Amino acid sequence: MPYINSWCRIRRNIIVANGQTVWEEPGADVSVFLTNAYRRLDIGYPKFYKMDRLSQLGFLAAEMLLHDRFDKQEYPAEAVAVVLANAHSSLDTDVRYQQSMSAIPSPALFVYTLPNIVIGEICIRHQLKGENTFFVFEQYDIPFLNDYINQLLEQNNAQAVIGGWVDIFQDQYEAFLYLVEKKQIPGSIIHNQQTISDLYGIVDAGS
Amino acid sequence: MESLMQDLKAKIIVQLNLQDVSPEQIGDDQPLFMEGLGLDSIDALELIVMLQQHYGIRIANPEDGPKIFQSVRTIAEYITAHQKTA
Repeated sequence: MPYINSWCRIRRNIIVANGQTVWEEPGADVSVFLTNAYRRLDIGYPKFYKMDRLSQLGFLAAEMLLHDRFDKQEYPAEAVAVVLANAHSSLDTDVRYQQSMSAIPSPALFVYTLPNIVIGEICIRHQLKGENTFFVFEQYDIPFLNDYINQLLEQNNAQAVIGGWVDIFQDQYEAFLYLVEKKQIPGSIIHNQQTISDLYGIVDAGS
Repeated sequence: MESLMQDLKAKIIVQLNLQDVSPEQIGDDQPLFMEGLGLDSIDALELIVMLQQHYGIRIANPEDGPKIFQSVRTIAEYITAHQKTA
């Protein structure tokens, strides 16, 4: 039976990791909130500044998810999969890139005009080389991702999976990442649709 | 040349989003790629854009890139040479 051994949720300018609020900055602009969170959490990865906002959001969630509850030495790099999804693909950056085309388009922005780049940034940071997939849904499809992740583990295509939802467009954003493993540790939560729904929580209109 | 190099350092920081780096931390002859500032191939493209945007200089031969972008001093020399001939 697979277990959720770590999780992180970022929304409404609050970062919650495994039930603990680790950073909040009410009222801040999204970009400012993400950058200040990076600085205050003392992550020390200057490439963060070069990432687009989708990658920054996913990167921060992955940092909180993995920093004290995941030992990558336990698994071959090829055995850790990343399966993420969102609704707006890379539209937040696509729009910025389109705007930059009125002058000389920015190559640094262009490389982020795909949603799966956020997975690449997480994999580079944590040296993960397993299967990675990015889905674009109209809304967070918990049953689909739950089944997909369970299947990866059951068929031994992965021994651990980072899954979840990372979405941003303009001032609307949300990240919810969780680590699924076969092993049970203190604080483990059974991985199923109900527990994911409970951790994800209800999103109010306008949040 | 000195003032051009100072100007370049400030522009490189903005263009490449090096928010944790100050102009004083970039040496005139410090390698920009690999062991130096650790820039990558996308940064090289951004430097090409920077030359075009701020100095009106297009690099005609991309193979010249590694020589031009070796350090702040080599970029400044390239700008000086090409602005004189323009």
